[in-house]
Amino acid sequence: MSNRNSKNHLTPEQELETFKSIHLDSPPMQSNLIKWVDSRLPIISALENTLKKHPYPKNLSYWWNFGSIAGIALLVQILSGLFLAMHYVPNTKLAFESVEHIMRDVNYGWLIRYIHAVGASMFFVALYAHMIRGLFYGSYRAPREVLWWVGIVIFLLTMATAFMGYVLPWGQMSFWGATVITNLFSAIPVVGESIVNWLWGGYSVDNPTLNRFFVLHFLMPFLIVGIVLLHLAALHNTGSNNPSGVPMQSKKDAIPFHPYFTIKDMVGFVAFFLVFGYFLFFYPNALGHPDNYIPANPMVTPPHIVPEWYFLPFYAILRAVPDKLGGVLMMFGAIIVLFFLPYLDKSPVRSGAYRPWFRKFFYLFVINFVFLGWLGKSPAEGWYILASRLATMYYYAYFLIILPFLPKFEKTLPVPESIDQHYKKQH
Amino acid sequence: MSNTNSCDETKRNLIKNTAYAVAGVGAVCAILPFIDSMNPAQDVQALASIEVDVSAIKPGEEKKVMWRGKPIFIKHRTADEIKQAQEVNLSELKDQQPDDARVKAGKEQWLVTIGICTHLGCVPIGGQGDYKGWFCPCHGSQYDTSGRIRKGPAPRNLEVPPYEFINDTTIKIG
Repeated sequence: MSNRNSKNHLTPEQELETFKSIHLDSPPMQSNLIKWVDSRLPIISALENTLKKHPYPKNLSYWWNFGSIAGIALLVQILSGLFLAMHYVPNTKLAFESVEHIMRDVNYGWLIRYIHAVGASMFFVALYAHMIRGLFYGSYRAPREVLWWVGIVIFLLTMATAFMGYVLPWGQMSFWGATVITNLFSAIPVVGESIVNWLWGGYSVDNPTLNRFFVLHFLMPFLIVGIVLLHLAALHNTGSNNPSGVPMQSKKDAIPFHPYFTIKDMVGFVAFFLVFGYFLFFYPNALGHPDNYIPANPMVTPPHIVPEWYFLPFYAILRAVPDKLGGVLMMFGAIIVLFFLPYLDKSPVRSGAYRPWFRKFFYLFVINFVFLGWLGKSPAEGWYILASRLATMYYYAYFLIILPFLPKFEKTLPVPESIDQHYKKQH
Repeated sequence: MSNTNSCDETKRNLIKNTAYAVAGVGAVCAILPFIDSMNPAQDVQALASIEVDVSAIKPGEEKKVMWRGKPIFIKHRTADEIKQAQEVNLSELKDQQPDDARVKAGKEQWLVTIGICTHLGCVPIGGQGDYKGWFCPCHGSQYDTSGRIRKGPAPRNLEVPPYEFINDTTIKIG
């Protein structure tokens, strides 16, 4: 704690102030026309501020690509979804057929639908990678608490949107997924039943449910875009975190977004779309469930219901608890706990790169999360239940025990004096 | 604002707060019709009653019918199954309910339940599980021959819908 006041341990308020004082040089605007427009509508100077004058840490690794990748994934979903919506019919009698109509009859319908279906998975890949980056490098810590919270809101809205989208094809998994997930709210004491009937607009998942899910599925991505803008506004106020966790202290630590990160983001996009294209053109159904090609039947539950892969870890937590309300609370709690992260992590060092013990627990956390996902798609019986309970316990222990108490015992490695020093050591 | 004093300010705050409160209540009232529009519509509520002929269901068999978009199990229980359901010690049950509270007096062979698992809404499969009642494939809840929860995460027994016998072979559900 003695080095709190040394340069690499600015207080959050000092960090914000220092960040605001760093301005990179950029040549003034040339053209008179541009000046004329900009003095009346300052979009060009706004762009110039963001791209040329705003400082970005010069030591950012490829882990910092996933934010822009998630952004472009959102754009892909909105565009492909827009064209699907022109052919899709949100009615229980026609929904399944209209999706098949898109696949067989609409020109390039198969392509657009598979882009949308695979794109949802790719979006979650980017989101999870982005969040894992934040968890490891302490990006959630002061002064970036609000930035982190806005990010969790985006995560929650994206999960809700993805869930409603999966209902639209009206296959067996759509119907029973919708039934199981909306029934989570019936665990609420007293008013649960009324809330569920209100969500359904009936006494079971039916046409009113499908219709409103379609409308909300169309609307919510635009809400997400709005929240993403808030996420960016918060980012521009605090500046980016970086692999060393040390704040930017001077121009020497910084480079402008353009051309450095415009180019680097393009590299990320190419890699992303290679993976995207691999699934899209070779295994478009690998990430989906074959049962969803059976039309919805309210009288028959499929023998084994599983959500989409990106919900599996949370589904495993739900099933690990033998009590209905308890399971629902533990599942939602697994995301709510993320909001408290800025206050749970007590280490004086921000970046996991200089925390030898934290790293081990962190890697175990990631492995445990993947393991939970695997358990989520296994049947809820035998040793799987015990394993789910242990994995759930570790998930919570990581946040509630390890992050707060580990710093009391952990000897951290020396942190670089500055980003510049960290950068020079690496190159 | 030269004559502003604390008394004026207090009055002004009262007026302001009253205005906020009235606007707030107004806003909530304006939202209510929209929220209520998402509740089950009149036509959905109107479809809430059906009649079923049960004469063709043999002992040991079960018929599924649709009521309010939900499956209803109409089970013709055998003497064995009735005996099993009646002899259970109530203290063993998670949701304690004697068998005779779940069937109509004199019609013990007919068990009518909503075929929706009280856990998360899946449709249990008949004749399976340790208690030979129903088994839910989703999360492993098991029900006995009275549709009572015996094992697994479901909190309550299979619900008995409101129904009555119009005559010996016809029941009206809802």
